[in-house]
Amino acid sequence: MKDSRTHISIRGLNVRHGSLRILKDITLDIPDRRITVIVGPSGCGKTTLLKSLNRLLDPSEGLQVEGQILVDGEDIYGPDVEVTHIRRKMGLLSQKPQVLPMSVFDNVAFAPRIHGLREKRELARTVEHYLRLAGLWEEVKDRLATPASQLSVGQQQRLCLARGLAAEPGIILGDEPTSALDPQSSKHVEQRLLDLKSDYTVVVVTHILRQAKRIADYIVFLYLGEVVEHGPAERVFERPRDPRTRAYLTGEIS
Amino acid sequence: MRNRPAGAKRKDFRGPAVPERRLDLLGRQSPGWWRRRKAQETVFKVLMGLSLLLVVGCLTHIVATIVWKGLPALKLSMIFQTPKGGFYLGKEGGILNAILGSLTLAGGATVLALLLSLPIVLYLNVYAGRRSRTAEFTRFSFDVLWGVPSIVYGAFGFLLMVFIGLRTSLLAGIITVALLELPIMSRAMDEVVRLVPRDLTDAAYSLGATRLETAFRVVVRQTLPGLLTAVLIAFGRGIGDAASVLFTAGFTDRVPSSLLQPAATLPLAIFFQLGTPFPEVRERAYASAAVLTILILIISLVSRAAVRRYSRHTIR
Repeated sequence: MKDSRTHISIRGLNVRHGSLRILKDITLDIPDRRITVIVGPSGCGKTTLLKSLNRLLDPSEGLQVEGQILVDGEDIYGPDVEVTHIRRKMGLLSQKPQVLPMSVFDNVAFAPRIHGLREKRELARTVEHYLRLAGLWEEVKDRLATPASQLSVGQQQRLCLARGLAAEPGIILGDEPTSALDPQSSKHVEQRLLDLKSDYTVVVVTHILRQAKRIADYIVFLYLGEVVEHGPAERVFERPRDPRTRAYLTGEIS
Repeated sequence: MRNRPAGAKRKDFRGPAVPERRLDLLGRQSPGWWRRRKAQETVFKVLMGLSLLLVVGCLTHIVATIVWKGLPALKLSMIFQTPKGGFYLGKEGGILNAILGSLTLAGGATVLALLLSLPIVLYLNVYAGRRSRTAEFTRFSFDVLWGVPSIVYGAFGFLLMVFIGLRTSLLAGIITVALLELPIMSRAMDEVVRLVPRDLTDAAYSLGATRLETAFRVVVRQTLPGLLTAVLIAFGRGIGDAASVLFTAGFTDRVPSSLLQPAATLPLAIFFQLGTPFPEVRERAYASAAVLTILILIISLVSRAAVRRYSRHTIR
């Protein structure tokens, strides 16, 4: 793993809500073109950490963010950063698939359109490309005009993946992306993530340890807002250094 | 995570005392207790049935009265002619002036109110943050404005007219009724827009969409049926209001041909016709009321069909 450049590095990140510290002093490098899985018991700040990566934490809800997150060397919480530019670099898969209220085609075409692609044939080609990449093309090629909400939940999550990829990000963020899906669809999404890691940096939050074992190259264990341990997946699973990690892996804390 | 600290004991819990369970040894409820629950159920069912009956009864009674009393005067000339012999005493002709006046006035006011409401609501929910202080204060203001009687809007509109040198006219009526509709439309829109799931807007943001793109391409699309309903509610309120147009739009026998001429409205037509000493003219008031009711009914049905047409993309 020596040659892996670092795409995202987090330096001294603190997130507070009033006097409550949600994330405490997180310093972390996320390896490029690998699947990094953030695990930890519920309520430990996994989702907050993920959302802080593309600035989806809402300051109007009283959340204060301190510290730095560098993406390609640029501090995304810097004063003159264009937030849409940052977010475009990262595709987001949420817990429950959130399709946009429009047709299947328009969902995937959403990002290309707002970023300036107007030409119809080019747009159709782009949409097909990303639907194929998300492994959905064969299932929806005859119903591109139907409302996206009519797809099954598993298909919707892959549509969200295609939609995110169409924004041409370098990073894919997944916030428990399979928690609303049936086992078959979960497998499908996991397989897609494994296929995509040769071209993308993937960061996934999960509370399913078995899933983490299946897909992770790199593990970050978060407990009560702190990074307790992080390292290559095999090492962390086989020889956890911290007693809390050991306790979590054996199911004593959950 | 707020787990109980390891040392804490059960007695720390200070909730209401848990009543004794009324079960016998086999786990069945005692017959007395069961009868009591059954009785509660029956009492509330009857109460609900009665209130339903009251609402539906009122509606049918109103419609029936209007149609029954207005039937003798309800002729085609009623809809296709302007009044003959004055709106107050005239026994001939129709209320075309008021029908067209009401439609243009309420239509114009609704468009004006929409142009103000939609930006306000989108600003509050997408830009300011749905639970921000600005949003809460604006909501509170609208709630107060909603309760202001329409005659006060009429008086305010009249002052405004004097201030800008506008005479009694369709335009003045449109402005006043738009002010009357604004809080109603905004609050109704706000109620649907604030229910847009946070994840949905986040999804748009995560694709690099700006707030404006998120507002118009995602939020408006998602809430379109609700927005249409809001517009309809406001229109219904606008077309049915008499007090706000009394001083501002005035009344006339003619169909207005410009924004600066006075305009007749259906509620005022009813008001004047009811106030005459002649029973024949009072009959015409009921016919006018029937026309107004039917007009609102048609608009409701059409827009409901439109809502169904536009809600196919909405995510539930």
